[in-house]
Amino acid sequence: MNERRSLLRNDGLQTFVCSIICIILGLIIGYLALLVINAEGAFEAIVNVIKNFFKYPSGDARMKYFGSTLAKTAPLIMCSLSILFAYKVGLFNIGAAGQYCLGVAAGLYCAIILGLPWYVCLIVGIVFGAVSGAICGILRSFCNVNVVISGIMLNWISLYATNLLLKPAMDPTGKDTFRLVRKAPEAILPTLGMDKLFSNNQYVTIAIPIAIIMAIIVWIVLDKTKFGYELKATGNNLNAAKYCGMKENRNIILTMVIAGGLAGMGGALYYLSDIVQWNVNSSSVPGMGFNGIAAAFLGGLNPIGCIFSSYFITHITVGGGNVDLSHYCAQIADFISAVIIYLCGFVLFFKLFINSRMDKAEEKKIEKRKALAAKENKEGGNE
Amino acid sequence: MENQYAIEMLNITKRFPGIIANDNITLQLKKGEIHALLGENGAGKSTLMSVLFGLYQPEEGVIKKDGQVVQVRDPNDANRLGIGMVHQHFKLVECFSVLDNIILGVEPNTAGFLQKAEAREKVMKLSEQYGLHVDPDAIIEDITVGMQQRTEILKMLYRENEILIFDEPTAVLTPQEIEELMQIMKNLAAEGKSILFISHKLNEIMEVADRCSVLRKGKYIGTVDVCNTTKEELSRMMVGRDVEFVVHKDPAKPTDVVLDVNKMTVASKMHHNNAVKDVSFKVRRGEIVCIAGIDGNGQTELVYGITGLEPIKSGKVEMLGVDITKAPIRKRSVMGMSHIPEDRHKHGLVLDYSLENNLVLQRYFEPEFTNAAGFLRKKNIRSYAERLIEKFDVRSGQGPITMARSMSGGNQQKAIVAREIDKDPELLIAVQPTRGLDVGAIEYIHKQIVAHRDEGKAVLLVSLELEEVMSLSDRILVMYEGELVGELDPKKTTVEELGLYMAGAKRSEVSY
Repeated sequence: MNERRSLLRNDGLQTFVCSIICIILGLIIGYLALLVINAEGAFEAIVNVIKNFFKYPSGDARMKYFGSTLAKTAPLIMCSLSILFAYKVGLFNIGAAGQYCLGVAAGLYCAIILGLPWYVCLIVGIVFGAVSGAICGILRSFCNVNVVISGIMLNWISLYATNLLLKPAMDPTGKDTFRLVRKAPEAILPTLGMDKLFSNNQYVTIAIPIAIIMAIIVWIVLDKTKFGYELKATGNNLNAAKYCGMKENRNIILTMVIAGGLAGMGGALYYLSDIVQWNVNSSSVPGMGFNGIAAAFLGGLNPIGCIFSSYFITHITVGGGNVDLSHYCAQIADFISAVIIYLCGFVLFFKLFINSRMDKAEEKKIEKRKALAAKENKEGGNE
Repeated sequence: MENQYAIEMLNITKRFPGIIANDNITLQLKKGEIHALLGENGAGKSTLMSVLFGLYQPEEGVIKKDGQVVQVRDPNDANRLGIGMVHQHFKLVECFSVLDNIILGVEPNTAGFLQKAEAREKVMKLSEQYGLHVDPDAIIEDITVGMQQRTEILKMLYRENEILIFDEPTAVLTPQEIEELMQIMKNLAAEGKSILFISHKLNEIMEVADRCSVLRKGKYIGTVDVCNTTKEELSRMMVGRDVEFVVHKDPAKPTDVVLDVNKMTVASKMHHNNAVKDVSFKVRRGEIVCIAGIDGNGQTELVYGITGLEPIKSGKVEMLGVDITKAPIRKRSVMGMSHIPEDRHKHGLVLDYSLENNLVLQRYFEPEFTNAAGFLRKKNIRSYAERLIEKFDVRSGQGPITMARSMSGGNQQKAIVAREIDKDPELLIAVQPTRGLDVGAIEYIHKQIVAHRDEGKAVLLVSLELEEVMSLSDRILVMYEGELVGELDPKKTTVEELGLYMAGAKRSEVSY
């Protein structure tokens, strides 16, 4: 009975395959939507989305825009890690979006108003995110408030707090905060020469390696350490964690602190690379935190998988900006990437589907073999 | 000729990757009979029942109802055929009331509006008729395991099922309640209902069943008429060897006090009054002290108070002379307290952890399993788990990496017992340590507990099973409505006398 198990039973490979299926499905549905809206430019549009920076003919330009895509990937990795970390402990950190905002607020405030160097700005950003996470954790531990509810409410509080805090840092010529290059060059993250690799793209900073290192650290903490063992046990069975003497309330708060810190770090890393500025009149919570949910699931809830899924999501989001606007309205880019990101959340569903199909196929195979054996027996008896 | 069988399962074979759970099993249930299904843990009883309920499709074999072949694709089909079951692990909505759970799925309604008054009347009538006492408005998660089970039985009776399956129904009942249940089962059978009674307990099978089918390691061993057989023969059929029913132990030689509970009071989560009232007792080295009592008389809360799962309202708990009244659970554990919990799914296991990770749940922080930098020593965890699995014969599909969730109830329990006894505790608190285990495993665990006592360690046993109480303990403390109402010597008392104390009809002074 102990036959070779199908290769597809391997969990890692299964996640990978399902992620690819989700991506392809997303692209197809996105394409169909484009077809319905305007059949003429649909193919070109979807190719542009997939191509992203490859549409530039020169290698230099390609590298430069590849660099920008990477720079935008870093914060998404951090947000997906935040979601993933909390999720492993049984908490759904939808507050990542707000923690991300606070990371931006603290980072830019320290940079533009206080004129502090980048590493201080980054640390303060992490602390703000962590404190916001801690609030959710404390409410959950001591008042049994669901982290989803407190997270969503804190998202809006954080958004407007960020607007308020950054008003003084607004560039009077627009609605955005000052560019760091003009007001606080000290606060821009160092590039360590990486910009040279990407055709002098100054936005390629240490944010990218930091995000990747954080993913590896999260993986090690969850998988290899006593701390991760405790956190996952708490997430899976709070009563059992209590029974064996783990400090379950402390674990929940600590998890939210770390998740908040990761998201806050994402916000700070992104804005301190000076690639974007904060619109102090913004009235919607930035999508980065929410996209983190899709990235975490597309990455199969594996920290290393998150690096790649985050890159992919950023790739098509940036690529969406390349859609020819003479055929489509301005929102089309967001729409297409939203469709694809939405489908990315279906990885777990596909995994379930594949497993049940394989179970059935296996049963059939056994039945067939049985029938065959019975037949042979019969024939043998006739001779 | 009229068909005499209510339900027949003929030549059922069900395979899982790596194991044949049911190998050509035939089970024929006559109308109006009580048919026992006997087998060790992992013998395939649960699988067979899942096949009957359409949760699994068998590779071979057919199911017949009244002589007609029927297809059971899902539990709804089973329901339509009039098959009802009380599962070993209850299928109740934790946050609903007892009444809501009973009517769930068959809610009486007028134009979509619930007619609860009507349902309540019917439930109360059934509850009275069969002596299954429940509080219809209590929330499931607040009530005891015993009352949860009574809810399950009522659920089946409420649906007027014809074929009733009881999956180890007596595991949590008191002797008096078991007596009543046996009577209920007989009455039901007399009314023409067919009962399938899954049990490990030979005494009960001998008392109540008409016939008995035995499974062993997925194979069908045979069906016997209970009136023509003996307990010994049944157990030989089930285990494949002779089993000792008596626990052999020398007289206890109690020495120093290990656990000292002084005037402990624990608040109840359900009621306004206290669950444990002013309880004082001592447990010494070299003795097994048993707390006996009907389920729900404060034993659970008493254990919570001693182990620190719930804070106590007043009083004092001392262990080895140290005041641990307010000590965190981890400190108690490190000081040498082990706890085999009443509810293995709620407290005992992290079901989505592998077996090896569950086996180190109480020790993962020790230097053997975690290095100074906080990293787990996975190799040591693996070899430790392999040692325990071998020593305690914990059976599972994939060894140490099996998910706890996928293991059979008995083996889950063995894993917990292995973990707690191997810690070599000064004080072992065992709550229902043999719940849901077969005779072979019970024999083994009883031996382990006695051996632990003989090493000069203290054991506090909480059990609802009179046989276990009488055979294992050196001293019995009876708990009734949160108080200790009697101290008995198992050698000088009878089951009947114990029953009187447990029912609150008798009372005597408890020494402290």
